[in-house]
Amino acid sequence: MFARDILTDLLGKPWGEIIGLTIELIGLLTALSIVVLSLTWMERKLLGRIQGRMGPMRVGFHGILQPIADALKLVLKEDVVPGSADKGLFWFAPLAVFVPSFMIWITIPVSHDLVLANLDMGLFYIIAFAVLSITGLVMAGWSSASKYAVLGGLRSAAQLISYEIPIIMAVISIAMMSQSLNLQVIVEAQSNIPYALLQPLALAIFLIAGVAEVGRTPFDIYFAESEIVGGPFVEYSGAHWSVFFLAEYINTFAIAILVALLFFGGWSFPLMPEISALGFLWVGLKTYLVIAVIFWLRGTLPRLRVDQLMSLAWKVIIPLSFVNIMITATYLYYGWAWPILTLISLSITVTVSYMLYRKITRPALRTLEERLAYAKSYNQSRGQSEVSDAR
Amino acid sequence: MTSEPQTGTPGTVDMMMNMGPQHPATHGVFRMVLSIDGERVIDMVPHIGYLHRGSEKLCEHEQYSQIITLFDRLDYIANFNNELVICKATEKLMGLEVPDRAQYIRVILCELNRLASHMLFYGTFGLDAGAMTPIMYGFRERERIQSLFESISGARMMHNFFRIGGIRYDLPEDFNQRITQLLNELQKGAEKADKLLTFNEVFLARTRDVGIISAEDAIAYGLSGPNLRATGVNYDVRKSDPYEVYDRIDFDIPLGDRGDCWDRHYVRMREMYESIKIIRQCLEQISEGPIMAPVRRIARPPAGEVFAHAENPRGDFGVYLVSTGGDKPYRLKMRPPSFCNLMALRHMLRDAYIADAVMILGSLDIVLGEVDR
Repeated sequence: MFARDILTDLLGKPWGEIIGLTIELIGLLTALSIVVLSLTWMERKLLGRIQGRMGPMRVGFHGILQPIADALKLVLKEDVVPGSADKGLFWFAPLAVFVPSFMIWITIPVSHDLVLANLDMGLFYIIAFAVLSITGLVMAGWSSASKYAVLGGLRSAAQLISYEIPIIMAVISIAMMSQSLNLQVIVEAQSNIPYALLQPLALAIFLIAGVAEVGRTPFDIYFAESEIVGGPFVEYSGAHWSVFFLAEYINTFAIAILVALLFFGGWSFPLMPEISALGFLWVGLKTYLVIAVIFWLRGTLPRLRVDQLMSLAWKVIIPLSFVNIMITATYLYYGWAWPILTLISLSITVTVSYMLYRKITRPALRTLEERLAYAKSYNQSRGQSEVSDAR
Repeated sequence: MTSEPQTGTPGTVDMMMNMGPQHPATHGVFRMVLSIDGERVIDMVPHIGYLHRGSEKLCEHEQYSQIITLFDRLDYIANFNNELVICKATEKLMGLEVPDRAQYIRVILCELNRLASHMLFYGTFGLDAGAMTPIMYGFRERERIQSLFESISGARMMHNFFRIGGIRYDLPEDFNQRITQLLNELQKGAEKADKLLTFNEVFLARTRDVGIISAEDAIAYGLSGPNLRATGVNYDVRKSDPYEVYDRIDFDIPLGDRGDCWDRHYVRMREMYESIKIIRQCLEQISEGPIMAPVRRIARPPAGEVFAHAENPRGDFGVYLVSTGGDKPYRLKMRPPSFCNLMALRHMLRDAYIADAVMILGSLDIVLGEVDR
């Protein structure tokens, strides 16, 4: 933005703009790379804390240079292409994943004046481009000539398409609330009350579907190290693999910053003066908090199974997202006071969570007590040395 | 599952997928060839033998005291339990009475090893499920146990510590203080581990009603150990055929009721608490005394044959020994629980997903050193 302005003044219309834009894009790429480096370091440190260890400690102060060492190692590694792979697709697939994940950043504002292109259809643009990376994953899976990779590619297609719908639905309800698809307008509309308070259900849907969209832990079905050994990436190594890695973390960061912008009021903060530099900090703080939650999930949760993933999407989350849109529409039509919307949205979230809890966890908790009593009485009644069938 | 080849959707060809011997979820060098229809497993052909060392034949060429170290290398997660079985078999053949103190120390070490083994199971099962923290929790607790082992036997694994007629060394001086601390830490560690994984919603969804085997089938396939008890069958060698000092100790046998993956996990988690209970009681009952029965340096059991078995972390480990009166056994046959448990895998994989196949194999808790021996 700034580079373009200055260079257009200096060099005139066509060339100044082109060179300025190039500089800006390179700057964006550099910034994103640095963000990804910080994310990998943060993830390893956070996971280390969760797991009762220190995380990287050797390279630099508290391992702060570890991401750079990792990146260096990845670039220096031999880039193996399997003999039976479809070479062209194999080389192209990382780009097909990376480019869309980079493109969406063009319209994501980091502060109220810090954005490459403030599109009026920003949200639509982001959603539309985010879907494109599926093709890259399927390409990678297919061209690797590995069965694990093919399974992973197909899984990723099914998963990403399924979870794209709830993301769109959640975003639609936000767009209805703010009457705009422009991210800056959406953030400005939250200067009093962030949408997280008005739309807790939409927030839950967006966060769950977002985590699924970037394939992070409870939903890392298509990498699934213990089943299909890394899915579409199983045959990739070195620099090619690092491009996938970069794309994954950029996507994670994009989801986190979208949560911060759409639900937590972006650069506005209650009881704080609107200062440009501070806005940047607020967005960063909120985004990193959301990222921390995503990493926290990775530290604590196992992975879902592919059919459970699908049934969660189609039987729970997508119907809920439709319900959410209907509630929002009713609210807007009748012009209720905002706490009513909060109340309805929150109560639905809690009810559904409780229903899932009852269906999955409670039976096991109940049988725990029963079985302890059963084992105890069984051992006592039969004497200690008898062997027989318990049934 | 019948033995004739099966097919999935009519008009389609099943995909063969090779899992192992180099695969993160096969726990060693086990190989499954899955025929899959989409995400569903239609059939599975197991391939074993990548780790075959001919242990049984090797034993015929070693003196009895030298066999013990070969047994360390069978179930390399639970070394003490293995050593116990061969010592027991030889002692039974010789009619030896092992001193009380040695028996208590053996039981303490075996139960500690059971804890270590179940901790490893907990970690790897979590990893199979896709959670990465359990392995850290499990390994941390196991590491503590191993450092205690090191202070007792000089080795963290492959101890070669039990002898025919007793044990090699008495306990170190600071043992009491160390084990009290260790048991408290283990109790806390097991509770923490339980909290993290056992009742986690996602974990329950992944393991509940997956890989079910009925009690009848389990007995028919020769399952033993936690895998059998998860189906509700109350069979534990420590209770049914008490050895060492287990008949003087009060402990419960945790049972499952459905025989699914969660039950197998849960039984092991409960067994850890029981093991801690057993060790606490042993520490109360143990007294000073000799640690070796008076035996000659080279054991020469009389001619005859004997079968001895014990409850290993993985199940009922048995040794069948034939002696002709020399210093080496004439024939030695092992009954490794992992091998027998593995036999039920194909049966359990009916209608499973690929992800389930990994979980089911993980829940059986096999050790390939023992399967291939």
